Amino acid sequence: MDNLLWIFISALLVNNFVLTYFLGLCPFLGVSNSLETSARLGLATTFVMLVTAVCAWVLNTYVLIHAPYLRLICFIVVIASTVQFIEMLIKKLSPALFRAMGIFLPLITTNCAILGLAIFATNRGYGFVEGIVYALGAGIGFTLALVLLAGLREEAELSSIPKLIQGTAMNLIIAGILSMAFMGFAGLFSSS
Amino acid sequence: MKKNESYEEFVKGVWRDNPVFVQVLGMCPMLAVTNSAINAIAMGLATFFVLVGSSILVSSFRHWIPKQVRISCFIIIIATFVTIADYTLLALVPKVHKELGAFIPLIVANCLILGRQEAFASRYPTRLAVFDAMGMAAGFLLALFSLGAVREILGDGALFGVKLFGENFEPWVIMILPPGGFLTLGVILLFFNWFKYKKDEFLAEVAEAERSS
Repeated sequence: MDNLLWIFISALLVNNFVLTYFLGLCPFLGVSNSLETSARLGLATTFVMLVTAVCAWVLNTYVLIHAPYLRLICFIVVIASTVQFIEMLIKKLSPALFRAMGIFLPLITTNCAILGLAIFATNRGYGFVEGIVYALGAGIGFTLALVLLAGLREEAELSSIPKLIQGTAMNLIIAGILSMAFMGFAGLFSSS
Repeated sequence: MKKNESYEEFVKGVWRDNPVFVQVLGMCPMLAVTNSAINAIAMGLATFFVLVGSSILVSSFRHWIPKQVRISCFIIIIATFVTIADYTLLALVPKVHKELGAFIPLIVANCLILGRQEAFASRYPTRLAVFDAMGMAAGFLLALFSLGAVREILGDGALFGVKLFGENFEPWVIMILPPGGFLTLGVILLFFNWFKYKKDEFLAEVAEAERSS
């Protein structure tokens, strides 16, 4: 149980996917202009991460032990088809939710955080339950980073900022400061 | 004429449409592996190989790939080249491979590569596609190297592992850690903004002078 909690907290805060591993930066910088859309994108990503973790575990246990060099191709195909499948499923089951997620769902395929999750979980030899907990932590961590940046950007829009700094340069510097703050979480475990 | 065209495609990628500084693509590997100059170069070369290889293949097969499933086809071609690059690096430079770790397989998800296949290689003849891919990859390599060099010099006081400063230099450890990546790239983009701003200002002044004369 302790181990699972550690995995969760580690993926959520200490090794936050966006701010420490630099994964999923494209949506992080591209979509984080309003709080609402970034929360939605975060939830959709968390969901895909959970499904991917399960698929990756199944593939690793039953298929890839025979052909490890096919790992990358298998993962990417599975992720692309999972996203496609989830899109169709949601469209069928809940059109309202489908409209709310909009363009974000298909875009998740090219989010490197998803592939990164599958690869990291494999490299560390996580089992079924550990994989799911890891995916949950990573997904919530991604949402957290996205929402934090979106909130800061909404505030920044209201204040007068020199034209030169506006845009990606400013977002990167804000992200740098956020990342510095998250470094503080590294002390959570070293002391105990 | 022919030579000029190819040259134009090449230079476009290196400077005017630099994938990182101007288009802000391919950020994830960009920031994650640039904590030292040598890692940045290894990453840049691997990306170069994958981008050029998959561009050749995609543009040769562009008439046979069906429109509806093109993205999946591109991804599988790219994933094949990335697997080759991964195993080659593992065999040639195991130490660098270990440091880059999971970020070599993650080249697959680099939006720069997929973007070039979609926007260029699948529409133009192979010769132009090769030059476009080489230009873009060289621009990416340049960006990776400049970021890696700045971070290594400030964070470690060294370049390629050779110490540059005397004993009294206090390394800025933050530059090697994740926040340093964000901050350095932010400052470089700021410089590019300033450059563009000055250029626009200059062009406006020239236009003004022409109108009044």
